[in-house]
Amino acid sequence: MLASSSVLANDADSFIWWQWISRNSDEIWNATVEHLQLTLLTVAIGVVLAAILSAIAIRFRFTATPILWASGLVYTVPSIALFGFLVPRLGLGYKTALVALVGYTLVILVRNMIAGIDGVPATVKEAATAMGLTPWRRFWSVELPLALPTIMAGIRIATVGTVGLVTISALVGEGGYGALINNGLSRQNFSTPIVVGAFLSIVMALVLDLLLWATQRALTPWERAGRAGRGSRRERAHRSTPASAPAPATPVGSAA
Amino acid sequence: MSTALLGAIEWSGSRGIIERTIAHLQLVGLSLLIALVIAVPLGVVVGHTRRGGGVATAVVTAGRAVPTYAVIALLFPLAIIWGWGLGFWPSVVALVLLAIPPLYTNTYTGVRGVDASLVEAARGVGMSGRQVLWGVEVPVALPLILAGVRTAVVQVMATATLASIFGYQALGSYLTEGLAQQDDEKLLIGTIAVGVLWLVAEGLLGLLQRWLTPWARADRGSRAARRRARADAVLVGPAVPTGTAPDAPALTSAGGAEPINTTSPR
Repeated sequence: MLASSSVLANDADSFIWWQWISRNSDEIWNATVEHLQLTLLTVAIGVVLAAILSAIAIRFRFTATPILWASGLVYTVPSIALFGFLVPRLGLGYKTALVALVGYTLVILVRNMIAGIDGVPATVKEAATAMGLTPWRRFWSVELPLALPTIMAGIRIATVGTVGLVTISALVGEGGYGALINNGLSRQNFSTPIVVGAFLSIVMALVLDLLLWATQRALTPWERAGRAGRGSRRERAHRSTPASAPAPATPVGSAA
Repeated sequence: MSTALLGAIEWSGSRGIIERTIAHLQLVGLSLLIALVIAVPLGVVVGHTRRGGGVATAVVTAGRAVPTYAVIALLFPLAIIWGWGLGFWPSVVALVLLAIPPLYTNTYTGVRGVDASLVEAARGVGMSGRQVLWGVEVPVALPLILAGVRTAVVQVMATATLASIFGYQALGSYLTEGLAQQDDEKLLIGTIAVGVLWLVAEGLLGLLQRWLTPWARADRGSRAARRRARADAVLVGPAVPTGTAPDAPALTSAGGAEPINTTSPR
């Protein structure tokens, strides 16, 4: 049976059977919608929760370490295990998938949010205050825009990671493309659903990554201003930091 | 760990924890080795010659988005058709892809980020291009390269458990069995076993780093320098391991300092 199957043949036993795809285009489309919905919902909840946690961590400094530690701990648990721990408590399905998926996004989002806000140079903040901005306005019009590249980088990583994890959440009965993969795995010698599900989830991850990258660029046009000049990325980073001296003459590692 | 948990562990035999740990380490070790052989020389060459950086970095950055589970699933039918056994080889390929981005990015950023005046000084005293590379650029980049190795190890160590969904008997089998049987004990055994292996790997890599970069210990003390480096790392954007302090001190078991992994599809 295995010897007769080949990668290039076009029948039920082969690597990919095109007729199955055209016959099941509805199922594939539904899986796509489901996958995208679960991914976006996860990231949306993750961003809100992470923003709250980051605000607490920034406002009350002593909470930063425990918050990062706890979210980091969740991250070290392998996904199969986290889904496994949740099933007896939340049952199979959406709730379990969502809780686990959101849990995995937190450490990345919180860390980048804190790093982004912390990365705003003190001199810029002082200048904003000196110009008469209230702390509230200063946050929205100065600190948040400057932190945006870092925050967006976090959202991008979290989103792409979630696309991958949604596939795994098929183990608890969700999963979009993951359900296609499981469908194939549960049958003997029928790999087409596996191939379709796996291929499309890779495509979705790459497309979302690209879209978020483009969004990030569009949201922070000033980041590109320094790009025209030659120089190392490190120098560019310094240059794009408004507080740094006009010429990055200071050797790396020395006090700015 | 409770004695009940210890009692639940089967030690020897084909499903015993020893066999499974060895199988896990074989998968992790082989994948990391292949990734190191591919990514580090590539990062060194591109960082040193400063050519092709854009292309290589773009490819690797896109590669970070590829979900590991999907890659294993995609290759699994081929492994069956070609008679390569169950989950092992598909997982090796997927884990190599997972480990390449942190290794390449850190190596490239490290070699490329070496202070230009340092390189000029080295050339000034008559060092050849190769001597500059091995005598100056690689040693200076070493802490960053090793930080990349750590990120790769953390990710591969945890992600390798996915191979068991595709029939590879290893530590992940505790997790798939625990999930199927709703058995918290098995889930705990698998999670703890993977965690212990990771801590051991962290410890060994920490020792390796101390041994390879004795000069780095001198300026460990400066918190300000570390904070600055971290701010740099995140400002630089996608080409740098996101949020990871390039010169992060040894990651302690106490937590709080795990690197931000570039991707999380485990």
